[in-house]
Amino acid sequence: MIPAAFEYVRAHNLSEAVSLLAHHGDNAKLLAGGHSLLPMMKMRLAQPATLIDIGCVAELRGIRDDIGSIMIGALTTHDELTANAAVLSQAPLLAETASRVGDIQVRNVGTIGGSLAHADPAADYPAAVLALEATVHLRSAGGERAVAARDFFVDLMTTAARPDEILTHLRVPRRPPGQGWCYMKLPHPASGYAMVGLAALVTIEGGKCADARLAITGAGPKAVRLTKVEAALEGKALDDATIASAAQQAADGIDATDELYASATYKNHIAKVYAKRALAKAVERAR
Amino acid sequence: MKTTVTVNGVPQTRDVEPRTLLIHFLRDALGLTGTHIGCDTSNCGACTVLWNRKAVKSCTILAAQADGGEITTIEGLAPDPAHLHPVQQAFWDEHGLQCGFCTPGMIMVSLDLLKRNPSPTDDEIRHGLDGNLCRCTGYQHIVNAIRTAAQRMRVPAVAAGGD
Ligand SMILES: Cc1cc2nc3c(=O)[nH]c(=O)nc-3n(C[C@H](O)[C@H](O)[C@H](O)COP(=O)(O)OP(=O)(O)OC[C@H]3O[C@@H](n4cnc5c(N)ncnc54)[C@H](O)[C@@H]3O)c2cc1C
Ligand code: FES
Ligand code: FES
Repeated sequence: MIPAAFEYVRAHNLSEAVSLLAHHGDNAKLLAGGHSLLPMMKMRLAQPATLIDIGCVAELRGIRDDIGSIMIGALTTHDELTANAAVLSQAPLLAETASRVGDIQVRNVGTIGGSLAHADPAADYPAAVLALEATVHLRSAGGERAVAARDFFVDLMTTAARPDEILTHLRVPRRPPGQGWCYMKLPHPASGYAMVGLAALVTIEGGKCADARLAITGAGPKAVRLTKVEAALEGKALDDATIASAAQQAADGIDATDELYASATYKNHIAKVYAKRALAKAVERAR
Repeated sequence: MKTTVTVNGVPQTRDVEPRTLLIHFLRDALGLTGTHIGCDTSNCGACTVLWNRKAVKSCTILAAQADGGEITTIEGLAPDPAHLHPVQQAFWDEHGLQCGFCTPGMIMVSLDLLKRNPSPTDDEIRHGLDGNLCRCTGYQHIVNAIRTAAQRMRVPAVAAGGD
């Protein structure tokens, strides 16, 4: 399978990438790792006239441990996220999520920026990024803006980013003391994408749940927070019975879709099972 | 477009269409047919090569992306047939292949795996092979081969075969 013909241009820095994108307009696509875009182009599901390769743009690389938050460049590969010391200590949920994406070869090339921009409903990161309350930073010829994760994922393969915007980096708040985490995923047996992916963060203070954040990906058209489960946990001592009963609400509002490989009923069931398991693990790590 | 990739240590320049995939650059433009096309849908890992020392699926990368970079293919591992790379030798000794179609990809991904983790457990080896399919062996002999290669590569004298 060979993609339809296109023009290839390589951007050497961010301002060049921004102006190339402004110049080529709607017929151009950015190319990061290419691990979502090229498979689509090979199947002719996407036929951009121009590919703007941003793979060599140094400003989009790197991870920085800032005051209050971790800055993660859009070109950070899944593999880099699994092993970075700042991410492991301050945003371990993201490292755990990255480690569950695809296989070694995919993690060596695919980028977090590409994954977020692509907004595949079965991608792993959206759940983690929602639970972490990260912000996504976008740049166009018109300037820069930051979008909260909860406003970024709009619908199936649709984000709040405009076609002339480049996702430059994301900011993830540093982990507060007493916070435990878990990303747990039921992978599709062939593709490895999430049939259901559950991200959980719980902060325990004085033996009680001070903050609980859960999000689910894979089940419906876009990742969502599990606000009912969160409400059922807050202020409570997180014993097995509390976790089990809160997890019963995990199918609420997830808008599970029927797929050839999994019915909505099945996904709803898995959401509850995984919410319970992910919470138990997060609580164990919070202690 | 003019594309230059250093393949197995030798800079190679060819004029190819931008849509040329790295696998086609290697097989068709350079005649290096050791790297195989299994699925062509990024799933089987038969096309695995090292790009700047990391294992990647060459059916899912443009030759243009690799322009200016370094690629190692299965042909680049052994100096000559009498001196196989320790991973190749271990696949031979442990019967890590039957038809051999998946083998170049299995060996290339093993190199990445063993670089990260020189003493993997069997579980870690299996996890490392997540992106590679074999339709013949049932995987056990591949796992045995990688375990044996790891043991030999930890002993420097035996590992003198390459990389
Ligand atoms: C075999 C295989 C298995 C996979 N398994 C999983 C899995 O289990 N879980 C999972 O989550 N994903 C999986 N993926 C997808 C993988 O994670 C991709 O790497 C990722 O989704 C896209 O990142 P990329 O850098 O390759 O982006 P690309 O493919 O280069 O780009 C994807 C889209 O985002 C746009 N884009 C890229 N970068 C930017 C940017 N900085 N700003 C704005 N737009 C941008 C592109 O124009 C394009 O439309 C898998 C992929 C493969 C091939
Ligand atoms: S041919 Fe590239 S993964 Fe199968
Ligand atoms: S040996 Fe035949 S596919 Fe692996």
